[in-house]
Amino acid sequence: MRKLALPLGVALVMVWCLLPIAWIVSLSFKSQDAVSNGTDPGFLPLDSFTGWDNYTAVWDDDQFRRSILNSIGISLIATILSVALATLAAYAIARLEFKGKRFVLSTALAIAMFPVVSLVSPLFDLWRIFGLYDTWPGLIIPYMSFTLPLAIWTLSAFFREIPWELEQAAQVDGATAWQAFRKVIVPLAAPGVFTAAILTFFFAWNDFVFGITLTSTEAARPIPAALSFFVGPDPFQRPAGLLAAAAVIATIPIVIIVLLFQRKIVAGLTSGAVKG
Amino acid sequence: MTTTIATPATKAGDIPPEVSDRTRAENRLGMKLVAPALIVMLVVTAFPILRALWLSFYNYSLTAPEDRQFVGIDNYVTALTDSLFWRDIGMTVIYMLVTVAFELVIGFAFAMIMHRVIFARGVIRTSILIPYGIITVVSGFAWQFAFTYQNGFVNGWLPFVSADFNWFGDTVPAVIAIMVSEIWKTTPFMSLLLLAGLAQVSEDMIEAAKVDGATWWQRLFKVILPNMRAAIMVAVLFRALDAYRIFDNIFVMTAGAQGTESISFLTYRQSIEQFQLGMGSALAVLLFLSVLLVAFVIVKLFRVDLAQARGES
Repeated sequence: MRKLALPLGVALVMVWCLLPIAWIVSLSFKSQDAVSNGTDPGFLPLDSFTGWDNYTAVWDDDQFRRSILNSIGISLIATILSVALATLAAYAIARLEFKGKRFVLSTALAIAMFPVVSLVSPLFDLWRIFGLYDTWPGLIIPYMSFTLPLAIWTLSAFFREIPWELEQAAQVDGATAWQAFRKVIVPLAAPGVFTAAILTFFFAWNDFVFGITLTSTEAARPIPAALSFFVGPDPFQRPAGLLAAAAVIATIPIVIIVLLFQRKIVAGLTSGAVKG
Repeated sequence: MTTTIATPATKAGDIPPEVSDRTRAENRLGMKLVAPALIVMLVVTAFPILRALWLSFYNYSLTAPEDRQFVGIDNYVTALTDSLFWRDIGMTVIYMLVTVAFELVIGFAFAMIMHRVIFARGVIRTSILIPYGIITVVSGFAWQFAFTYQNGFVNGWLPFVSADFNWFGDTVPAVIAIMVSEIWKTTPFMSLLLLAGLAQVSEDMIEAAKVDGATWWQRLFKVILPNMRAAIMVAVLFRALDAYRIFDNIFVMTAGAQGTESISFLTYRQSIEQFQLGMGSALAVLLFLSVLLVAFVIVKLFRVDLAQARGES
Protein backbone atom coordinates (compact mmCIF):
# COMPACT_ATOMS: atom_id res chain seq x y z
CA MET A 1 0.00 0.00 0.00
CA ARG A 2 2.69 2.49 1.01
CA LYS A 3 4.74 1.57 -2.02
CA LEU A 4 1.79 2.18 -4.32
CA ALA A 5 0.97 5.64 -2.96
CA LEU A 6 3.65 7.49 -4.90
CA PRO A 7 3.07 6.01 -8.38
CA LEU A 8 -0.64 6.49 -7.82
CA GLY A 9 -0.03 10.12 -6.88
CA VAL A 10 2.06 10.64 -10.00
CA ALA A 11 -0.67 9.13 -12.16
CA LEU A 12 -3.28 11.35 -10.49
CA VAL A 13 -1.23 14.49 -11.07
CA MET A 14 -0.81 13.65 -14.72
CA VAL A 15 -4.47 12.84 -15.27
CA TRP A 16 -5.51 16.05 -13.56
CA CYS A 17 -3.10 18.16 -15.61
CA LEU A 18 -3.71 16.55 -18.97
CA LEU A 19 -7.40 15.64 -18.87
CA PRO A 20 -8.77 18.94 -20.24
CA ILE A 21 -6.08 18.90 -22.93
CA ALA A 22 -7.05 15.37 -23.96
CA TRP A 23 -10.68 16.50 -23.97
CA ILE A 24 -10.10 19.48 -26.23
CA VAL A 25 -8.03 17.34 -28.61
CA SER A 26 -10.83 14.76 -28.64
CA LEU A 27 -13.42 17.47 -29.36
CA SER A 28 -11.35 18.78 -32.24
CA PHE A 29 -11.84 15.45 -34.04
CA LYS A 30 -15.60 15.28 -33.48
CA SER A 31 -18.03 16.41 -36.15
CA GLN A 32 -19.98 19.58 -35.44
CA ASP A 33 -23.22 17.71 -35.93
CA ALA A 34 -22.47 15.11 -33.26
CA VAL A 35 -21.35 17.78 -30.80
CA SER A 36 -24.35 20.08 -31.10
CA ASN A 37 -26.92 17.27 -31.16
CA GLY A 38 -25.22 15.40 -28.36
CA THR A 39 -25.25 12.12 -30.31
CA ASP A 40 -21.69 11.25 -29.25
CA PRO A 41 -21.45 12.32 -25.63
CA GLY A 42 -18.54 10.03 -24.69
CA PHE A 43 -15.02 11.24 -24.09
CA LEU A 44 -13.50 9.85 -27.27
CA PRO A 45 -14.76 10.63 -30.79
CA LEU A 46 -15.92 7.09 -31.55
CA ASP A 47 -18.99 7.54 -33.74
CA SER A 48 -18.24 11.05 -34.93
CA PHE A 49 -14.59 10.98 -36.00
CA THR A 50 -14.03 13.51 -38.77
CA GLY A 51 -10.27 13.32 -39.25
CA TRP A 52 -8.58 16.66 -39.91
CA ASP A 53 -11.73 18.39 -41.20
CA ASN A 54 -11.97 20.86 -38.30
CA TYR A 55 -8.28 21.69 -38.58
CA THR A 56 -8.37 22.40 -42.30
CA ALA A 57 -11.54 24.44 -41.88
CA VAL A 58 -9.95 26.58 -39.16
CA TRP A 59 -6.69 26.96 -41.01
CA ASP A 60 -8.57 28.16 -44.12
CA ASP A 61 -10.15 30.91 -42.04
CA ASP A 62 -8.34 34.17 -42.81
CA GLN A 63 -9.27 35.77 -39.49
CA PHE A 64 -7.87 32.86 -37.54
CA ARG A 65 -4.55 32.86 -39.40
CA ARG A 66 -4.34 36.61 -39.01
CA SER A 67 -4.94 36.45 -35.23
CA ILE A 68 -2.24 33.79 -34.81
CA LEU A 69 0.13 36.09 -36.67
CA ASN A 70 -0.94 39.05 -34.50
CA SER A 71 -0.38 37.06 -31.33
CA ILE A 72 3.07 35.88 -32.35
CA GLY A 73 4.17 39.34 -33.51
CA ILE A 74 2.74 41.33 -30.62
CA SER A 75 3.89 38.88 -27.94
CA LEU A 76 7.40 38.64 -29.38
CA ILE A 77 7.89 42.39 -29.66
CA ALA A 78 6.49 42.98 -26.16
CA THR A 79 8.79 40.25 -24.83
CA ILE A 80 11.91 41.66 -26.47
CA LEU A 81 11.21 45.21 -25.28
CA SER A 82 10.31 44.12 -21.74
CA VAL A 83 13.28 41.85 -21.31
CA ALA A 84 15.69 44.45 -22.70
CA LEU A 85 14.50 47.13 -20.26
CA ALA A 86 14.22 44.65 -17.41
CA THR A 87 17.76 43.39 -17.98
CA LEU A 88 19.17 46.89 -17.49
CA ALA A 89 17.08 47.40 -14.36
CA ALA A 90 17.83 43.96 -12.91
CA TYR A 91 21.55 44.40 -13.52
CA ALA A 92 21.45 47.65 -11.55
CA ILE A 93 19.42 46.07 -8.77
CA ALA A 94 21.65 43.02 -8.43
CA ARG A 95 25.03 44.65 -8.86
CA LEU A 96 24.94 48.29 -7.87
CA GLU A 97 24.28 50.03 -4.60
CA PHE A 98 21.96 52.91 -5.27
CA LYS A 99 19.08 54.68 -3.69
CA GLY A 100 15.62 53.78 -4.88
CA LYS A 101 16.43 50.12 -5.44
CA ARG A 102 13.73 49.07 -3.03
CA PHE A 103 11.38 51.59 -4.60
CA VAL A 104 11.79 50.01 -8.04
CA LEU A 105 11.19 46.53 -6.71
CA SER A 106 8.11 47.55 -4.77
CA THR A 107 6.73 49.52 -7.71
CA ALA A 108 7.18 46.45 -9.91
CA LEU A 109 5.46 44.31 -7.31
CA ALA A 110 2.58 46.76 -6.91
CA ILE A 111 2.07 46.88 -10.67
CA ALA A 112 2.15 43.09 -10.89
CA MET A 113 -0.76 43.05 -8.43
CA PHE A 114 -2.59 45.76 -10.36
CA PRO A 115 -6.08 44.86 -11.61
CA VAL A 116 -5.65 44.97 -15.38
CA VAL A 117 -9.31 45.74 -15.92
CA SER A 118 -8.95 49.13 -14.20
CA LEU A 119 -6.58 50.20 -16.97
CA VAL A 120 -9.03 49.22 -19.65
CA SER A 121 -11.46 52.13 -19.66
CA PRO A 122 -8.85 54.92 -19.54
CA LEU A 123 -6.72 53.17 -22.17
CA PHE A 124 -9.75 52.57 -24.38
CA ASP A 125 -10.42 56.32 -24.33
CA LEU A 126 -6.77 57.39 -24.66
CA TRP A 127 -5.99 54.99 -27.50
CA ARG A 128 -8.89 56.30 -29.57
CA ILE A 129 -7.52 59.82 -29.12
CA PHE A 130 -3.92 58.82 -29.98
CA GLY A 131 -4.94 56.55 -32.87
CA LEU A 132 -3.51 53.50 -31.14
CA TYR A 133 -6.83 51.70 -30.89
CA ASP A 134 -6.81 48.42 -32.84
CA THR A 135 -3.09 48.58 -33.66
CA TRP A 136 -0.08 46.47 -32.68
CA PRO A 137 1.58 49.21 -30.57
CA GLY A 138 -1.80 49.72 -28.90
CA LEU A 139 -1.41 46.24 -27.39
CA ILE A 140 2.38 46.09 -27.05
CA ILE A 141 2.49 49.14 -24.76
CA PRO A 142 -0.08 47.87 -22.23
CA TYR A 143 1.48 44.38 -22.33
CA MET A 144 4.65 45.93 -20.98
CA SER A 145 2.75 47.01 -17.87
CA PHE A 146 2.40 43.42 -16.70
CA THR A 147 5.41 41.79 -18.35
CA LEU A 148 8.01 44.26 -17.02
CA PRO A 149 7.41 43.57 -13.31
CA LEU A 150 7.61 39.84 -13.92
CA ALA A 151 10.81 40.16 -15.94
CA ILE A 152 12.43 42.50 -13.41
CA TRP A 153 11.73 40.17 -10.47
CA THR A 154 12.82 37.03 -12.26
CA LEU A 155 15.97 38.60 -13.67
CA SER A 156 17.09 40.34 -10.49
CA ALA A 157 16.83 37.01 -8.64
CA PHE A 158 18.93 35.37 -11.36
CA PHE A 159 21.53 38.11 -11.54
CA ARG A 160 22.13 38.02 -7.81
CA GLU A 161 23.42 34.47 -8.21
CA ILE A 162 26.04 35.46 -10.77
CA PRO A 163 29.58 35.66 -9.35
CA TRP A 164 30.36 39.14 -10.65
CA GLU A 165 33.93 38.97 -9.28
CA LEU A 166 34.77 36.74 -12.23
CA GLU A 167 34.57 39.79 -14.45
CA GLN A 168 37.28 41.56 -12.48
CA ALA A 169 39.32 38.37 -12.36
CA ALA A 170 39.24 38.22 -16.15
CA GLN A 171 40.33 41.85 -16.33
CA VAL A 172 43.20 41.17 -13.98
CA ASP A 173 44.19 38.35 -16.33
CA GLY A 174 44.43 40.87 -19.14
CA ALA A 175 40.99 40.99 -20.74
CA THR A 176 39.57 44.37 -21.70
CA ALA A 177 36.42 45.47 -19.89
CA TRP A 178 34.31 44.63 -22.93
CA GLN A 179 35.96 41.23 -23.40
CA ALA A 180 35.46 40.42 -19.74
CA PHE A 181 31.81 41.35 -19.98
CA ARG A 182 31.17 39.49 -23.23
CA LYS A 183 33.16 36.34 -22.48
CA VAL A 184 32.39 35.97 -18.78
CA ILE A 185 29.18 37.72 -17.82
CA VAL A 186 27.08 37.28 -20.95
CA PRO A 187 27.31 33.45 -20.94
CA LEU A 188 26.38 33.40 -17.24
CA ALA A 189 23.48 35.83 -17.60
CA ALA A 190 22.07 34.52 -20.90
CA PRO A 191 20.15 31.53 -19.44
CA GLY A 192 18.39 33.81 -16.95
CA VAL A 193 17.49 36.32 -19.63
CA PHE A 194 16.19 33.52 -21.81
CA THR A 195 14.03 32.12 -19.01
CA ALA A 196 12.61 35.55 -18.25
CA ALA A 197 11.81 35.88 -21.95
CA ILE A 198 9.87 32.59 -21.98
CA LEU A 199 7.79 33.56 -18.95
CA THR A 200 7.16 37.02 -20.38
CA PHE A 201 6.06 35.48 -23.67
CA PHE A 202 3.61 33.18 -21.81
CA PHE A 203 2.09 36.19 -20.08
CA ALA A 204 1.67 38.18 -23.26
CA TRP A 205 0.37 35.15 -25.20
CA ASN A 206 -2.23 34.54 -22.48
CA ASP A 207 -3.56 38.10 -22.29
CA PHE A 208 -7.28 38.40 -22.82
CA VAL A 209 -8.56 41.62 -21.27
CA PHE A 210 -6.50 44.02 -23.40
CA GLY A 211 -7.03 41.80 -26.43
CA ILE A 212 -10.81 42.12 -26.36
CA THR A 213 -11.03 45.75 -25.27
CA LEU A 214 -8.34 47.49 -27.31
CA THR A 215 -9.01 45.86 -30.68
CA SER A 216 -12.05 45.70 -32.93
CA THR A 217 -10.89 43.98 -36.12
CA GLU A 218 -8.41 41.37 -37.21
CA ALA A 219 -5.85 44.17 -37.63
CA ALA A 220 -4.50 43.51 -34.16
CA ARG A 221 -6.80 41.04 -32.42
CA PRO A 222 -4.70 38.36 -30.72
CA ILE A 223 -5.65 34.70 -30.64
CA PRO A 224 -7.31 34.45 -27.17
CA ALA A 225 -9.66 37.31 -28.05
CA ALA A 226 -10.27 35.92 -31.53
CA LEU A 227 -11.19 32.54 -30.03
CA SER A 228 -13.79 34.08 -27.76
CA PHE A 229 -15.40 35.96 -30.65
CA PHE A 230 -15.21 32.99 -32.99
CA VAL A 231 -18.80 32.36 -34.05
CA GLY A 232 -18.75 30.00 -37.02
CA PRO A 233 -21.65 29.34 -39.35
CA ASP A 234 -24.37 29.10 -36.69
CA PRO A 235 -24.45 32.20 -34.46
CA PHE A 236 -26.59 30.52 -31.80
CA GLN A 237 -24.43 27.49 -31.28
CA ARG A 238 -20.74 27.72 -30.46
CA PRO A 239 -18.88 25.67 -33.07
CA ALA A 240 -17.26 23.36 -30.53
CA GLY A 241 -15.32 21.21 -32.99
CA LEU A 242 -13.86 24.19 -34.85
CA LEU A 243 -13.13 26.08 -31.63
CA ALA A 244 -11.39 23.04 -30.21
CA ALA A 245 -9.23 22.68 -33.31
CA ALA A 246 -8.36 26.40 -33.13
CA ALA A 247 -7.57 26.05 -29.43
CA VAL A 248 -5.29 23.09 -30.09
CA ILE A 249 -3.39 25.05 -32.74
CA ALA A 250 -3.03 28.01 -30.34
CA THR A 251 -1.76 25.64 -27.64
CA ILE A 252 0.89 23.89 -29.73
CA PRO A 253 3.53 26.65 -29.39
CA ILE A 254 3.15 26.58 -25.60
CA VAL A 255 3.43 22.80 -25.43
CA ILE A 256 6.60 22.88 -27.55
CA ILE A 257 8.16 25.58 -25.35
CA VAL A 258 7.26 23.64 -22.19
CA LEU A 259 8.66 20.38 -23.59
CA LEU A 260 11.92 22.00 -24.58
CA PHE A 261 12.52 24.24 -21.59
CA GLN A 262 10.65 22.81 -18.59
CA ARG A 263 13.74 22.89 -16.38
CA LYS A 264 14.39 26.56 -17.08
CA ILE A 265 10.75 27.54 -16.65
CA VAL A 266 10.54 25.94 -13.23
CA ALA A 267 13.77 27.64 -12.16
CA GLY A 268 12.52 31.01 -13.39
CA LEU A 269 9.08 30.75 -11.82
CA THR A 270 10.35 29.82 -8.41
CA SER A 271 13.41 32.07 -8.26
CA GLY A 272 11.42 35.17 -9.12
CA ALA A 273 9.04 34.59 -6.28
CA VAL A 274 10.71 32.81 -3.41
CA LYS A 275 14.44 32.59 -3.71
CA GLY A 276 15.99 34.49 -0.87
CA MET B 1 15.17 62.94 -11.40
CA THR B 2 17.83 65.00 -9.68
CA THR B 3 19.39 63.55 -6.62
CA THR B 4 21.86 65.01 -4.23
CA ILE B 5 23.70 62.52 -2.14
CA ALA B 6 22.69 63.08 1.43
CA THR B 7 25.76 63.81 3.51
CA PRO B 8 26.22 61.03 6.01
CA ALA B 9 25.13 61.80 9.52
CA THR B 10 28.57 60.90 10.79
CA LYS B 11 31.50 63.30 10.79
CA ALA B 12 32.55 64.34 7.30
CA GLY B 13 36.11 63.17 7.82
CA ASP B 14 35.02 59.55 8.36
CA ILE B 15 34.55 58.78 4.72
CA PRO B 16 37.44 59.09 2.28
CA PRO B 17 36.48 61.31 -0.67
CA GLU B 18 37.23 58.74 -3.39
CA VAL B 19 34.72 56.27 -1.91
CA SER B 20 31.97 58.85 -1.88
CA ASP B 21 32.78 59.69 -5.52
CA ARG B 22 32.47 56.08 -6.39
CA THR B 23 29.23 55.75 -4.46
CA ARG B 24 27.88 58.78 -6.25
CA ALA B 25 28.81 57.39 -9.65
CA GLU B 26 27.27 54.04 -8.80
CA ASN B 27 24.14 55.76 -7.59
CA ARG B 28 23.86 57.71 -10.82
CA LEU B 29 24.47 54.65 -13.02
CA GLY B 30 21.93 52.62 -11.06
CA MET B 31 19.27 55.26 -11.55
CA LYS B 32 20.05 55.56 -15.24
CA LEU B 33 19.73 51.83 -15.79
CA VAL B 34 16.50 51.57 -13.84
CA ALA B 35 14.89 54.69 -15.31
CA PRO B 36 13.62 53.30 -18.66
CA ALA B 37 11.80 50.35 -17.06
CA LEU B 38 10.43 52.52 -14.26
CA ILE B 39 9.20 55.22 -16.65
CA VAL B 40 7.47 52.69 -18.91
CA MET B 41 5.79 51.00 -15.94
CA LEU B 42 4.54 54.30 -14.56
CA VAL B 43 3.40 55.63 -17.94
CA VAL B 44 1.32 52.54 -18.72
CA THR B 45 -0.21 52.21 -15.27
CA ALA B 46 -0.01 55.38 -13.20
CA PHE B 47 -1.01 57.68 -16.05
CA PRO B 48 -4.12 55.70 -17.10
CA ILE B 49 -5.22 55.26 -13.50
CA LEU B 50 -4.91 59.02 -12.92
CA ARG B 51 -6.92 59.60 -16.06
CA ALA B 52 -9.51 57.11 -14.79
CA LEU B 53 -9.67 59.07 -11.56
CA TRP B 54 -10.32 62.27 -13.51
CA LEU B 55 -12.91 60.69 -15.83
CA SER B 56 -14.70 59.14 -12.88
CA PHE B 57 -15.97 62.56 -11.85
CA TYR B 58 -17.75 63.02 -15.16
CA ASN B 59 -20.90 61.72 -16.67
CA TYR B 60 -19.26 60.60 -19.88
CA SER B 61 -20.80 58.22 -22.35
CA LEU B 62 -19.11 57.36 -25.64
CA THR B 63 -22.49 57.29 -27.33
CA ALA B 64 -22.88 61.01 -26.52
CA PRO B 65 -19.36 62.38 -25.98
CA GLU B 66 -20.45 66.04 -26.32
CA ASP B 67 -22.70 65.75 -23.31
CA ARG B 68 -19.80 65.11 -20.98
CA GLN B 69 -20.37 66.97 -17.75
CA PHE B 70 -18.80 67.18 -14.33
CA VAL B 71 -20.89 65.34 -11.76
CA GLY B 72 -18.52 65.17 -8.80
CA ILE B 73 -18.78 62.01 -6.78
CA ASP B 74 -22.15 61.01 -8.22
CA ASN B 75 -20.71 57.97 -10.00
CA TYR B 76 -19.18 56.73 -6.77
CA VAL B 77 -22.39 57.29 -4.85
CA THR B 78 -24.36 55.40 -7.51
CA ALA B 79 -21.91 52.49 -7.49
CA LEU B 80 -21.58 52.22 -3.74
CA THR B 81 -25.32 52.37 -3.11
CA ASP B 82 -26.12 49.82 -5.81
CA SER B 83 -26.67 46.27 -4.58
CA LEU B 84 -25.17 44.96 -7.84
CA PHE B 85 -21.79 46.41 -6.91
CA TRP B 86 -21.79 44.75 -3.51
CA ARG B 87 -23.05 41.46 -4.88
CA ASP B 88 -20.19 41.42 -7.42
CA ILE B 89 -17.66 42.31 -4.73
CA GLY B 90 -19.03 39.45 -2.61
CA MET B 91 -18.87 37.07 -5.57
CA THR B 92 -15.26 38.10 -6.25
CA VAL B 93 -14.27 37.49 -2.64
CA ILE B 94 -15.93 34.06 -2.77
CA TYR B 95 -14.05 33.21 -5.99
CA MET B 96 -10.82 34.29 -4.34
CA LEU B 97 -11.28 32.45 -1.04
CA VAL B 98 -12.53 29.16 -2.51
CA THR B 99 -10.08 28.89 -5.41
CA VAL B 100 -7.04 29.81 -3.31
CA ALA B 101 -8.05 27.36 -0.56
CA PHE B 102 -8.41 24.49 -3.04
CA GLU B 103 -5.22 25.47 -4.86
CA LEU B 104 -3.31 25.50 -1.61
CA VAL B 105 -4.41 21.98 -0.69
CA ILE B 106 -4.11 20.44 -4.18
CA GLY B 107 -0.95 22.40 -4.92
CA PHE B 108 0.65 21.19 -1.70
CA ALA B 109 -0.26 17.58 -2.48
CA PHE B 110 1.31 18.01 -5.94
CA ALA B 111 4.40 19.58 -4.42
CA MET B 112 4.79 16.67 -1.97
CA ILE B 113 4.53 14.17 -4.82
CA MET B 114 7.02 16.09 -6.97
CA HIS B 115 9.37 16.44 -4.02
CA ARG B 116 9.41 12.71 -3.19
CA VAL B 117 9.35 11.31 -6.69
CA ILE B 118 12.65 10.07 -8.08
CA PHE B 119 11.51 8.59 -11.37
CA ALA B 120 9.80 10.43 -14.23
CA ARG B 121 10.73 13.84 -12.83
CA GLY B 122 10.84 15.50 -16.23
CA VAL B 123 7.53 14.01 -17.35
CA ILE B 124 5.68 15.11 -14.24
CA ARG B 125 7.21 18.58 -14.36
CA THR B 126 6.25 18.94 -18.00
CA SER B 127 2.65 17.89 -17.39
CA ILE B 128 2.36 20.27 -14.48
CA LEU B 129 3.59 23.16 -16.60
CA ILE B 130 1.04 22.56 -19.36
CA PRO B 131 -1.90 24.13 -17.47
CA TYR B 132 0.35 27.02 -16.48
CA GLY B 133 1.33 27.78 -20.06
CA ILE B 134 -2.03 27.25 -21.69
CA ILE B 135 -4.24 30.22 -22.58
CA THR B 136 -6.88 30.80 -19.89
CA VAL B 137 -9.51 31.19 -22.59
CA VAL B 138 -8.69 27.72 -23.95
CA SER B 139 -8.98 26.23 -20.46
CA GLY B 140 -12.31 28.03 -20.09
CA PHE B 141 -13.59 26.49 -23.32
CA ALA B 142 -12.34 23.01 -22.43
CA TRP B 143 -14.13 23.06 -19.09
CA GLN B 144 -17.24 24.71 -20.46
CA PHE B 145 -17.62 21.99 -23.07
CA ALA B 146 -16.85 19.38 -20.43
CA PHE B 147 -19.68 20.65 -18.23
CA THR B 148 -22.36 21.12 -20.91
CA TYR B 149 -24.98 18.41 -20.72
CA GLN B 150 -25.39 18.00 -24.50
CA ASN B 151 -21.88 16.79 -25.16
CA GLY B 152 -19.73 17.05 -22.04
CA PHE B 153 -18.37 14.13 -20.07
CA VAL B 154 -18.75 15.52 -16.54
CA ASN B 155 -22.40 14.51 -16.07
CA GLY B 156 -21.65 10.99 -17.27
CA TRP B 157 -18.71 10.62 -14.88
CA LEU B 158 -20.33 12.05 -11.78
CA PRO B 159 -22.63 9.44 -10.19
CA PHE B 160 -24.70 11.95 -8.20
CA VAL B 161 -25.60 14.16 -11.18
CA SER B 162 -28.33 13.35 -13.66
CA ALA B 163 -27.34 13.17 -17.34
CA ASP B 164 -29.26 16.30 -18.34
CA PHE B 165 -28.20 18.51 -15.44
CA ASN B 166 -27.53 22.03 -16.72
CA TRP B 167 -24.48 23.40 -14.91
CA PHE B 168 -24.91 26.83 -16.45
CA GLY B 169 -28.57 27.16 -15.53
CA ASP B 170 -28.09 28.34 -11.96
CA THR B 171 -25.61 30.40 -9.93
CA VAL B 172 -24.03 27.76 -7.70
CA PRO B 173 -23.27 25.09 -10.34
CA ALA B 174 -22.10 27.76 -12.82
CA VAL B 175 -19.78 29.22 -10.21
CA ILE B 176 -18.46 25.72 -9.43
CA ALA B 177 -17.71 25.15 -13.12
CA ILE B 178 -15.87 28.49 -13.35
CA MET B 179 -13.91 27.71 -10.19
CA VAL B 180 -12.88 24.28 -11.49
CA SER B 181 -11.42 25.88 -14.59
CA GLU B 182 -9.67 28.56 -12.56
CA ILE B 183 -8.26 26.04 -10.06
CA TRP B 184 -7.08 23.73 -12.83
CA LYS B 185 -5.28 26.53 -14.59
CA THR B 186 -3.48 28.06 -11.61
CA THR B 187 -2.69 25.14 -9.29
CA PRO B 188 0.64 24.45 -11.08
CA PHE B 189 1.93 27.89 -10.19
CA MET B 190 0.99 27.35 -6.57
CA SER B 191 2.55 23.88 -6.44
CA LEU B 192 5.83 25.07 -7.96
CA LEU B 193 6.14 27.84 -5.37
CA LEU B 194 5.34 25.35 -2.62
CA LEU B 195 7.84 22.87 -4.06
CA ALA B 196 10.54 25.53 -3.79
CA GLY B 197 9.53 26.09 -0.17
CA LEU B 198 9.50 22.38 0.51
CA ALA B 199 13.03 22.05 -0.81
CA GLN B 200 14.20 24.47 1.88
CA VAL B 201 12.91 22.34 4.76
CA SER B 202 15.86 20.38 6.10
CA GLU B 203 15.62 16.61 5.72
CA ASP B 204 17.55 16.17 8.97
CA MET B 205 14.79 17.80 10.93
CA ILE B 206 12.17 15.52 9.38
CA GLU B 207 14.35 12.48 10.07
CA ALA B 208 14.87 13.58 13.67
CA ALA B 209 11.10 13.87 14.16
CA LYS B 210 10.71 10.43 12.61
CA VAL B 211 13.27 8.96 15.01
CA ASP B 212 11.42 10.59 17.90
CA GLY B 213 8.35 8.68 16.82
CA ALA B 214 6.29 11.44 15.20
CA THR B 215 3.54 10.20 12.88
CA TRP B 216 3.30 11.35 9.27
CA TRP B 217 0.62 13.91 10.16
CA GLN B 218 2.64 15.20 13.11
CA ARG B 219 5.70 15.61 10.91
CA LEU B 220 3.58 17.46 8.37
CA PHE B 221 1.93 19.89 10.77
CA LYS B 222 4.69 20.29 13.36
CA VAL B 223 7.81 20.24 11.20
CA ILE B 224 7.22 20.69 7.48
CA LEU B 225 4.45 23.31 7.34
CA PRO B 226 5.85 25.67 10.02
CA ASN B 227 9.23 25.62 8.31
CA MET B 228 7.86 26.66 4.94
CA ARG B 229 5.67 29.41 6.29
CA ALA B 230 7.32 32.12 4.18
CA ALA B 231 6.87 30.20 0.94
CA ILE B 232 3.20 29.50 1.73
CA MET B 233 2.55 33.16 2.51
CA VAL B 234 4.15 34.37 -0.70
CA ALA B 235 2.24 31.80 -2.76
CA VAL B 236 -1.08 32.71 -1.12
CA LEU B 237 -0.49 36.44 -1.51
CA PHE B 238 0.40 36.13 -5.20
CA ARG B 239 -2.48 33.83 -6.01
CA ALA B 240 -5.09 35.66 -3.94
CA LEU B 241 -4.45 38.99 -5.64
CA ASP B 242 -4.46 37.26 -9.00
CA ALA B 243 -7.70 35.43 -8.20
CA TYR B 244 -9.32 38.70 -7.14
CA ARG B 245 -8.96 39.93 -10.73
CA ILE B 246 -10.84 36.92 -12.15
CA PHE B 247 -12.22 37.75 -15.58
CA ASP B 248 -11.28 35.45 -18.50
CA ASN B 249 -13.01 32.29 -17.30
CA ILE B 250 -16.21 34.15 -16.45
CA PHE B 251 -16.23 35.87 -19.84
CA VAL B 252 -15.83 32.60 -21.72
CA MET B 253 -17.96 30.28 -19.61
CA THR B 254 -21.02 32.34 -18.65
CA ALA B 255 -20.41 35.89 -19.89
CA GLY B 256 -21.49 36.98 -16.41
CA ALA B 257 -24.91 35.33 -16.62
CA GLN B 258 -26.58 33.60 -13.63
CA GLY B 259 -25.01 36.05 -11.17
CA THR B 260 -21.49 34.76 -11.80
CA GLU B 261 -20.18 38.27 -12.50
CA SER B 262 -17.03 39.49 -10.72
CA ILE B 263 -16.09 43.09 -9.98
CA SER B 264 -13.64 43.05 -12.91
CA PHE B 265 -16.42 41.88 -15.16
CA LEU B 266 -18.77 44.63 -13.98
CA THR B 267 -16.09 47.24 -14.69
CA TYR B 268 -15.52 45.81 -18.17
CA ARG B 269 -19.25 45.69 -18.91
CA GLN B 270 -19.85 49.30 -17.89
CA SER B 271 -16.94 50.80 -19.79
CA ILE B 272 -16.54 48.66 -22.89
CA GLU B 273 -19.93 47.12 -23.55
CA GLN B 274 -22.10 50.01 -22.47
CA PHE B 275 -19.62 52.82 -23.28
CA GLN B 276 -20.25 54.49 -19.89
CA LEU B 277 -16.67 55.68 -19.50
CA GLY B 278 -17.41 57.92 -16.50
CA MET B 279 -19.13 55.18 -14.55
CA GLY B 280 -16.65 52.59 -15.82
CA SER B 281 -13.76 54.74 -14.62
CA ALA B 282 -15.32 55.13 -11.19
CA LEU B 283 -15.63 51.33 -11.02
CA ALA B 284 -12.02 50.99 -12.21
CA VAL B 285 -10.89 53.22 -9.35
CA LEU B 286 -13.02 51.28 -6.86
CA LEU B 287 -11.60 48.01 -8.19
CA PHE B 288 -8.10 49.37 -7.78
CA LEU B 289 -8.81 50.52 -4.23
CA SER B 290 -10.39 47.19 -3.32
CA VAL B 291 -7.32 45.32 -4.58
CA LEU B 292 -5.15 47.56 -2.41
CA LEU B 293 -7.40 46.77 0.54
CA VAL B 294 -7.20 43.02 -0.11
CA ALA B 295 -3.41 43.24 -0.43
CA PHE B 296 -3.21 45.24 2.79
CA VAL B 297 -5.39 42.76 4.68
CA ILE B 298 -3.37 39.76 3.48
CA VAL B 299 -0.03 41.39 4.25
CA LYS B 300 -1.25 42.40 7.71
CA LEU B 301 -2.78 39.00 8.32
CA PHE B 302 0.37 37.12 7.40
CA ARG B 303 2.85 39.83 8.34
CA VAL B 304 4.80 39.20 5.14
CA ASP B 305 7.67 41.41 4.15
CA LEU B 306 8.27 40.36 0.59
CA ALA B 307 11.51 42.20 0.15
CA GLN B 308 12.78 40.62 3.34
CA ALA B 309 11.55 37.18 2.30
CA ARG B 310 13.86 37.56 -0.68
CA GLY B 311 16.76 38.91 1.33
CA GLU B 312 16.49 42.28 -0.35
CA SER B 313 16.71 44.49 2.68
